Parts: sequence; structure tokens; C-alpha cells
Amino acid sequence: MATNQSIEVTKKRSNPIIGFLNSKKVVPYIFVSPFIISFLILTLYPAIRGVIMSFQSVLPGQVEFIGLTNYERVFNPTFYKALTNTTIYVILTVTILTILPIILAVILDSRFVKLKTLFRASLFMPALASTIVAGMIFRLMFGETDTAAANQILNWLGMGSVEWRFNAWSGMFLMVMLCVWRWLGVNILYFLAALQNVPSELYEAADIDGASLFQKFWYVTLPFLKPVTIFVVTISIINGFRMFEESFVFWEAGSPGNIGLTVVGYIYQQGIQQNDMGFGAAIGVILMLIIFVISFIQLILTGAFKRGDA
Amino acid sequence: MKKQQSSTLKWVTNIGMAIVCLTALFPVLMLLLSSFRPSSELMRTGISLKFDWSLLNLDNYIYIFSQAGEYWTWYMNSLIISAVTIVLSLFFSAMVGYALAVYDFKGKNLFFTFVVFILMVPFEILMLPLFQMMINFQLVNSYLGVILPMVVAPIAVFFFRQYALGLPVQLMDAARIDGATEYGIYFKIMLPLMAPSLGAMAILQGLGSWNNFLWPLIVLRSNDMFTLPIGLATLLTPYGNNYDVLIAGSVMTVIPIIILFIFFQRYFVAGLTVGGVKG
Repeated sequence: MATNQSIEVTKKRSNPIIGFLNSKKVVPYIFVSPFIISFLILTLYPAIRGVIMSFQSVLPGQVEFIGLTNYERVFNPTFYKALTNTTIYVILTVTILTILPIILAVILDSRFVKLKTLFRASLFMPALASTIVAGMIFRLMFGETDTAAANQILNWLGMGSVEWRFNAWSGMFLMVMLCVWRWLGVNILYFLAALQNVPSELYEAADIDGASLFQKFWYVTLPFLKPVTIFVVTISIINGFRMFEESFVFWEAGSPGNIGLTVVGYIYQQGIQQNDMGFGAAIGVILMLIIFVISFIQLILTGAFKRGDA
Repeated sequence: MKKQQSSTLKWVTNIGMAIVCLTALFPVLMLLLSSFRPSSELMRTGISLKFDWSLLNLDNYIYIFSQAGEYWTWYMNSLIISAVTIVLSLFFSAMVGYALAVYDFKGKNLFFTFVVFILMVPFEILMLPLFQMMINFQLVNSYLGVILPMVVAPIAVFFFRQYALGLPVQLMDAARIDGATEYGIYFKIMLPLMAPSLGAMAILQGLGSWNNFLWPLIVLRSNDMFTLPIGLATLLTPYGNNYDVLIAGSVMTVIPIIILFIFFQRYFVAGLTVGGVKG
């Protein structure tokens, strides 16, 4: 510490400006300045601006305060439809993208499976395609005609063709499938990484006690996967509420009966396409509140777990 | 008996995994195969399991290389935007993450809290006010308008900080005694040590930018400024007669990523599972 100070002193003497810029008090702030600037301009300011906008009617060259009118308008059947769709989508994707990767990761990690690298890489491959390209493949495979792949399989099984993009249930199925297909491999990698932390002695001890495969999974493996599970669930929930592309790629801006409308899709529709930015901002504020409440609940739930672990 | 049980298990799990993996790869294979089918037929039938193999040809690719000028405009736009995003976001995010890890200074914990906080705020909530700002700055329909909000990526800052926490701090003291400036220490000694994390983040940012959709969709307004995902999405209409560009073009967008993936698989895995550093 003493040497550092003396070096700083000598430097300051040699050239005050360089000495100042190079002092350990100033350097860190110069290093983090890009973050400070971008945080203020590109996050904090828009966040505040968004809240203000939600109380305004924003038209080109004409902005006026209209109080809570935007919020009163938000609670309409279309918004409820978007919120319901998004919530169902979140519940389905979170459930599938947690349970399926755990099972597959445990199997992949077991000593029974050969060709681990090949399996892992091929499950990971879909994550490399953009949602648009992946969605295009799905759209062409789940086409309305009898000649599209999905209907060919259904017909082959003796079932009738489905107009995939025109029913509420099949529309949801398409969006969830698309998401699951792209993210399954990534989530498997998370769980595989966590599985490396399970001490093998625990399995040996369980073997000596005569535990079955399922008992070992339930009592030894699962508790070790808890932290990564919480993490996967958290990002899946947030990503689920942010969902837009999976819907856009199937229906562009509008789906029949809004079967594919999501909350972010509604923001896009109202704020950008209808140019009603104040209304769009109000939907955004409500979405933010929903995400905060969910994160808060989750924090309480998982915080309680953590206290138990520590 | 135990041995017999485990050999059955071996068969069941391996065959099961093979089926799961084939299912995962199936759409990719179908895309590849269908890209050789005549586009008019593809538009009529969709991607089919049963089709006339004798009709397979290279026409879609010949068309895209010889005539689809706008496709290559999109390709260039995507390349430029991704490259600039990678360079800028790595440069700035690494600096911030490094400082948060190795220095002690007032406000450090506050800044880090902000980083984590922004991670939690979905970009979609900020996009309308941001779009309004872009209108005011006249950045609508420009590369800069797309790139600017991505320049300091909180996820990358977070990752670099975690990585820099493991750097040998003694090296810094040694360099200081030798008269190196703090900037020299960072650029000449510490940054090279952070190379693996730079690789992972280059992949994360590159892939994110290459595939980014909603923000470019809002900011980019004219066909000649579109990125690949936006441009391809415009072809996805039931009335379109551009299925040749759509299908062959989709394959071409994935090829650079797959090539990178094969060479830098380790970085890909690290980049896409970046949140794992927390757990």
C-alpha cells in the first residue's frame, strides 16, 4: 500500500494529468463509465420515460397528459386474451423445459449411454437456428394441407388433418413446440453441468444401502439440482413473458381470434403498428409489474430454500 | 441378474436417446432436403415426408446466388451489424466487468446491483421509449439505431466480472512496480488473460445479434436496411412467390453458425449457458 502511494506521488509529480487519470481512485470510474452512461441513457431514462408516456396520449408533435385513461383502456378483452395466452405459454414451457431436460441430462450423464458428445451436440443444434428460420421450418411442416409433414403423419396414423395455425389449442402447441425444440439442448447443458457437482461417494453409499435407481435419482441427484433448477425456471419465466417471435413467425401481426397474441405482441401491435405509444407504454408498465411480482414471489420462495441450505 | 438388468438399461437408454436426438435433428434435415425441392411445389405442399425425389435440384441455390440481390443486401446488413455489435459490446463490457472485479472503489456494489437489475428488466418494456429516442436522434432505419442499445450488455458485464475475479491480481502489482499504467496493465496483461471469456461472449453476442428480431423489426424500415431475420420474415406469406429465396436463404443463414459451432464448440457451450456461472 505504502509503495503504491509513493508511486502515485512520483507519477503525479512527473505529469499531473496523466497521474490523475492513472490514479487508482479515478481509473475504475473511467473503466465503468461506458456502463454508467449506457445505464443512464439507455435504461434508466427510457424506463422513466415509459412510465411518463403511459399517462400520456402520444401523437406526432402533440403530447398531452390524459391521466389514467390508458390504464383504463388496457383492461379489455384483447389484453386479457394476450395475458391468458402468455400465461399458458409460460406455464407449459417452464414445466416442459425443466422436467424434460432434467430427465434427459440424468440419462445422458449415466454410465449406460455411449456417444455422449454426439447426443449432446445434436440436441444442442436447434439452438443455433434463429426463431425465424426455425419457425419457418415448423410452419412448412405443420401446414394446413394434407401434404405437409405433420398431417401426413396424422393421416398415416388414421387421423384427420389439422389446420394447425387456425385452432387455439394447436396454435399454442406450435408456439410451445418451437420454444421447446430450440431450448431443450441448452437447458440440458445447464443440468449436465450441475450433475458434475454430485459427489460420486453419495451414489456408492446409496448402492450399499440398496437404493433403487429411482430412489438414487430422487434423494441424491435432485437435491443437488435445486439451484440450477431455480435458475432455469427463473429465466424460462422471464423469457416466456417476453415472448413475441414465436407468435410473429406463425401469424405475423394478427392471428385468427388472437389465438397467438402475446403481451409483447400486443405492445408491438398498439405501440408500433397503431402508433399509440402511450397505450403501448401502459401495457409495458403492467408487464413490468407482473414480472416484478413474480420475481419477488420467487425470491421469497427460493430465499427460504437457501436459508435452509446454508 | 444385476448385470442383465444393466445391459437392458443400456439398450433402452441408448435407443431412447437416439430417438430423441433424431427427433431434434429431424426438422433441420427436412429443411436441408426441402431446399432442393422446386419452390413452387414446396409452396403448394409445405415440407412433406413423401415427395418426388426425382425432382430434387439445385435451382433454389442457383437462383439465390445469381439473382436474389436483396437477399445478399440483408446478409451484408446482418454481417455488419453483428460484427460491430460484437466488437463494441466486447470492448465496453469487458472493461466494465474487469473494473468491477479487480478494483475497490466507492459505488462498486451499487453498480453491480444495477447490472444484475438490468438483467431482470426485459428489453421489450423499454422498447417504445427507446424507439421514440431513436426517432428524436434520427437513428431510425440506421445501423447505429440497431446497435446502440446492445453496446453494453449486462449479461456480458456479469460474465466478464465473474471471469475476472479469477485473474491473478499479483501480476498487476508487479506491473505497477515496473511502471506500467493501469490502462497498460489492462490491455497488455489482463485482457489477453481474459481471452476464453472473450470467445464465449463473442459467440453469445454474435448469435444474439445475428438472430435478433424484435428491435431491428422496429428500427429498420426499408427493405435495403433489413437484416436476415427481418427480410426472411417478409417472405413468409402464403401469397409469396419467393419460396426459393426463403428456403435456400434459411439454410444459408445457418451455415456460418454451424461452421463456427464445429470449430468453437466449447465457446458456444460456455456462451449459451452463461447464466450457469451463477449456480
